Amino acid sequence: MLMSLTGIVVGIGFFIFAQAQTSGFERFFIQTILGTNGALRIQDRFQDTVRAMDVGGGSGDSAFVITQRESVKYVEGIETPQALSSAIKEFANVSGVSEVLTGSVTASNGFRTQNAKAFGILLEDYLAVSNLEDQIIFGTLSDFRVTPTGLIMGSRLAHRMEINIGDSIVLEAAGQKRRYAVSAIFETGVSDIDRERIFLHMGETRTLFKKPHGASYLQVGLLDPHRASLDADHMSMVLGHHVASWQEREKTWLDAFKVLRFSSALTMVTILLLAGLGMFNTLALMVMEKTREIAILRSMGYTRRDIGAIFLWQGLLVLCAGSVLGWILAGAVTLWVSHLPFRVTGIFSTDRFVVHWSLWHYVSATVIAALVIMVASLVPARKAAYLEPAEVIRETSG
Amino acid sequence: MKEDVQGNSEVLLECEDLYKNLGLGDSCSHVLRGISIEVRKREVCAVAGPSGCGKSTLLYLLGLLDQPDAGEIRLLGQPMTQSTEQERSETRSRHLGFVFQFHFLLPEFSALENIMLPMRKTGRWTTGQMQSRAMEYLQSVGIENLAQRLPSQLSGGEQQRVAIARALANSPSVILADEPTGNLDHENSIRVTELLIRLSRDNGQAVVIVTHNPEVARKCDQTYRMQDGVFI
Repeated sequence: MLMSLTGIVVGIGFFIFAQAQTSGFERFFIQTILGTNGALRIQDRFQDTVRAMDVGGGSGDSAFVITQRESVKYVEGIETPQALSSAIKEFANVSGVSEVLTGSVTASNGFRTQNAKAFGILLEDYLAVSNLEDQIIFGTLSDFRVTPTGLIMGSRLAHRMEINIGDSIVLEAAGQKRRYAVSAIFETGVSDIDRERIFLHMGETRTLFKKPHGASYLQVGLLDPHRASLDADHMSMVLGHHVASWQEREKTWLDAFKVLRFSSALTMVTILLLAGLGMFNTLALMVMEKTREIAILRSMGYTRRDIGAIFLWQGLLVLCAGSVLGWILAGAVTLWVSHLPFRVTGIFSTDRFVVHWSLWHYVSATVIAALVIMVASLVPARKAAYLEPAEVIRETSG
Repeated sequence: MKEDVQGNSEVLLECEDLYKNLGLGDSCSHVLRGISIEVRKREVCAVAGPSGCGKSTLLYLLGLLDQPDAGEIRLLGQPMTQSTEQERSETRSRHLGFVFQFHFLLPEFSALENIMLPMRKTGRWTTGQMQSRAMEYLQSVGIENLAQRLPSQLSGGEQQRVAIARALANSPSVILADEPTGNLDHENSIRVTELLIRLSRDNGQAVVIVTHNPEVARKCDQTYRMQDGVFI
């Protein structure tokens, strides 16, 4: 029974811990992508092109129309960002909208030349739909705010070009070169962003790319980011623009996290099942060893239900003890791991193990353990309950 | 065949024309073939006979631990053959006490706790009341000083005394004893038999003792001799 209890404790403990750390990293990843690329991105406008075939019968009774969607025509970018922003702000779940004009540039200083992407933003609008403020690791936003030719660049790009705050770099695009001063350096932890992204004031970007109107996309913040898919569909239908939710954009990574969470849960459930099997064996053995005692209890007037309950109680006790000890183990391991130094960069940036504390993890682990133990206890309990006392006593008495 | 009849008080336990077969098909054995018996208040009956004659099977049927193939069993005038499993369990708890050859005490529990087990089932008494009742029964069988001992710390005679005290725990109407002296030496056999007889006299219980010990049978009020599933 001790081995079964140990299995239950380990199963519950590590089920919770595995869920805490996989969901912790998943949530951190979601926070990162919401803080960098926003909940929604509104891009190209589309126009349905419809081909209709009208077949007229002689009498007119048999006339019919076949309507067939042939293709969708996309118009690149946002032609009227202000008007579209105003329309988007009417949606209840929207917390902010920021227009972004982006294009490829060549960045060079005296040391190195690098390809990069310039993002023209209206700073205050962009801060409302991102965590840029929290991502600044060197320099200040206030410096960028008061410097029209200032820029904010990704940490990896700055590192490659050996750039420090106050240095100047030249950006080249659309056949012209313009000089900018580095006001701040940011780090999102997403290596693709940190190694190529440069933020400029919108006016400067328009000049650099010679695009006096329009935007590449609108970045939208949502009050409830988990409703992004629904809002994206709704907006797409109403606005006639392609709207990409964060779930759609990051589907690959989100699926990877889901698989990871599921596989770790499956591993821990396997441990619980093995513990349950051990418990089944123990209880079944106990029933075989205690047939005489069961028969004696029956002779005293204990009913089949009473006898079954004895074995179910054993299961319940193991469940209670296993759950409490499992919770303690899970809490202790999760707490310990959350303080472990663990440097991760690539899809997000963290210096420690990220965990997510959720009561739901504890409840689900206990429910699974309860199911396993119930099944493991039920069969031996039933076997014990249906032992025939006269038969057992006759056999035991020889 | 009755050898001795004593008293004419009320009948507590009776059976009429009991039949019991064990096994099926070719291996079917007719263990009891038309057994009838009456046991009255304060009466101690012995059912004697060689091994395999069906006396223990009769005791299990009378104790409602098994079901007859035919015939009727009445306890305190109530027919029990058609009763449900639940009713039989309740009747065992309230009106029947068992003593077995190998005492069958639960090894994890002390003598006192073993005696409290039948009381727990009824739910009629508090733990304190159960303890004091159990102590009284231990006193009545003369081993109150051994209350806290585990069965493994008791001698065979002492274990059987605890088993008798346990059978008395719920003040049953009938005590059924299956070879209660079968595992004891001569001196302890006599003591245990005399104890059962004394308790029957003191408490007004009917006692049925299954035995193949003639000395035990002789001490009983009446003896039924059994062979091949019938009284002879």
